[in-house]
Amino acid sequence: MTPEPPPPDLPSRELGAIVIGGSAGGIEALRQLIPALPTDLGVPVFIVLHLGADSRGAWSAVFPHSAVTVREAEDKEVAAPGAVYLAPPDYHLLVDDRGVMALSIDEPVNLSRPAIDVLFESAAWAYEDRLLGIVLSGANADGAKGLATIRQAGGRCWVQSPATAAAATMPRAALAAVPDARVLSLAQMAVALSACRR
Amino acid sequence: MRAEHELIDLEIDLFLEAIYRRYRHDFRHYARPTLRRRLAQALAALGGDSLSLLQRRVLRDPALLAHVLRFLTVQVSDLFRDPGFYLAVRTRVVPLLRTYPSLKVWVAGCGRGEEVYSLAILLEEEDLLVRTIMYATDVSTEALRTAELGVYSIERAQNFSRNHQRAGGKRSLADYYTAACDGVAFNRRLRENVVFSDHSLATDSVFAEVHLVTCRNVLIYFDAELRARALGLFHEALVRKGFLALGAKENLRSSEHAAGFVELDRDHRIYERQ
Repeated sequence: MTPEPPPPDLPSRELGAIVIGGSAGGIEALRQLIPALPTDLGVPVFIVLHLGADSRGAWSAVFPHSAVTVREAEDKEVAAPGAVYLAPPDYHLLVDDRGVMALSIDEPVNLSRPAIDVLFESAAWAYEDRLLGIVLSGANADGAKGLATIRQAGGRCWVQSPATAAAATMPRAALAAVPDARVLSLAQMAVALSACRR
Repeated sequence: MRAEHELIDLEIDLFLEAIYRRYRHDFRHYARPTLRRRLAQALAALGGDSLSLLQRRVLRDPALLAHVLRFLTVQVSDLFRDPGFYLAVRTRVVPLLRTYPSLKVWVAGCGRGEEVYSLAILLEEEDLLVRTIMYATDVSTEALRTAELGVYSIERAQNFSRNHQRAGGKRSLADYYTAACDGVAFNRRLRENVVFSDHSLATDSVFAEVHLVTCRNVLIYFDAELRARALGLFHEALVRKGFLALGAKENLRSSEHAAGFVELDRDHRIYERQ
């Protein structure tokens, strides 16, 4: 079955970065999305997934063969365009403009460290209307507040359709916070992402 | 939105400048994204519509400054956070530390002391604590007082014990503390040779020659300029072939001091001074 074409985005300024958050079912979702990223995407992608603090280094097992470079974020590193950065377990990941990453071990937010809200809010500040925020499957409400901040700053918001999510709580909470976010299945998201360019 | 963000950043600059000029606490080169978040939390908790208004109050009320500092300085850690790191210290650093007749260790940015007790226990188990002087420094005198007490909540003790075992602990962690009414209190003996002292990596200078510096998950809160200053202090303080230990996600890359150190253990961010 071919996915129906995603509805068009509002016209906006060129993209500066993509931020993605997910929890339960998020890894499976990313396994579909990351291969869909165009190799000439031209902007960095920052991801927060909730995993246990002890899952250090588990990333390489999650995305062993990917056309795009997937790596764990390092403090003060400047994000390369087109590369994908994952928040390390037990650290919050924040980004500044110019793609400089900052880590922190401040208190967990929504019982999570890394927290999606922390990444999204910092990115909304840094990139404003040049940001795309995506909330995937998850069994808690982290990310909803952050997505609302992205919306407020003029950024684009996508949410995995709750009906297709392994855990619908997170997408539902995101949609409650940002009712006009685009609701997409993973297949639709993959198509829309493959059309993303700087 | 851009204009509003620029105004808030300007207010942050002025707020930090005011705290520095009035109280000599220097947060001007802390990493901006984290700072924005922490100051927003401070503002929400302490009241006031803007940092400008809070600044007016802080300038006049030293007691309020103490509250603000709590938001700016609190680093939460665990005993033996990253057990693999402590295991690496045991296997790769301790054998070389043994060759010195007396040892000096600097725990920079010790917060509430979790790192201090972790190292003290490790050195005790390696029979090195008796010949070690530890300097435990932080900008927060409040955190230092907590560190000096060495009392942690009973709920955290279980996790501490698990970390300690994974870090190659040779005895039960319970051998090092006694249960107190409000938590677990680490033995006074562990801190007999620990000097707790107020010290700022932003404004103070080197105070001793040391064989090991641990500064874990502190530099992530600094911008590149302040990180460079701190690394310069560590380089100056360390003896040749002394050790520098950073947090699991901190590194010397793109730092002017990278050439002054060689990587001893890449995974656990342990460096040797040249």
